[in-house]
Amino acid sequence: MGCRKLADPVEARILRTTIASDPFAVREGLAALLRSPMIHELSEGARGGAEIVLAEVLNNIVEHGYAGEAGDITVTLRSGPVGVLVEVEDQGKAFPREELPEGRLPDIDPDKDLPEGGFGWYLIRTLVRDLSYRRIGAGNQVRFCLPREDNV
Amino acid sequence: MQLQTKDHGGLLVVTVCEDRIDAAGAIQFKERMREVTEAPSGRVVLDLSRVLFLDSSGLGAVVAVLKLLGPERKLELAGLTPTVAKVFRLTRMDTVFIIHPTLTDGLQKVG
Repeated sequence: MGCRKLADPVEARILRTTIASDPFAVREGLAALLRSPMIHELSEGARGGAEIVLAEVLNNIVEHGYAGEAGDITVTLRSGPVGVLVEVEDQGKAFPREELPEGRLPDIDPDKDLPEGGFGWYLIRTLVRDLSYRRIGAGNQVRFCLPREDNV
Repeated sequence: MQLQTKDHGGLLVVTVCEDRIDAAGAIQFKERMREVTEAPSGRVVLDLSRVLFLDSSGLGAVVAVLKLLGPERKLELAGLTPTVAKVFRLTRMDTVFIIHPTLTDGLQKVG
């Protein structure tokens, strides 16, 4: 069962928040999202996963979407039957080829130079369901579902 | 970024006194680690028991510290909390570091 279908459109709760494109604003915004009733409904392990995913998606926008420029990120949370449906929108640069990164795990060979980055999209793809991306006009919209139960 | 260090006769314990190592604090963490590990020492055990959250930037900074210690000095980790352990496990970085369940374990075992 997908996350898109809301349990009951009337009952479904929605939280929409705007976060400035800055690592410290992301830290604060993330804390506010984690305090929301939707995230609280997730199991304890799934909440940890949700924090990782939201941090990676938001910091990716700060680093690559706006790349140091000022801008706003809008996050919408909706509770659904199997988890929290998340919509993240920004007015930053499009993803290369207008596609989300493949998110393959970087090679780890202790005898070679260890990777210090490239983990973000791997973590996101591992922890969410129903991930999608659309370029809308001059903006980006990323949607995914944070499952209620810890799946990894 | 508050770090607390304690020398246990050749073994240096660095305790991170912050609840997160994230994109907003990763560079500072790396710089502070560089400062506190400047003097020669044996093993370095990083006590992460107070850190409740680490993102990919924080993970990258911990890997960077491992590299800056060079081949002579091992960086070991202790006291990973559930979300931090999840990031290490999912990225398979738990195969790169010696990870002790608690700091006490880290002090007892020879790495």
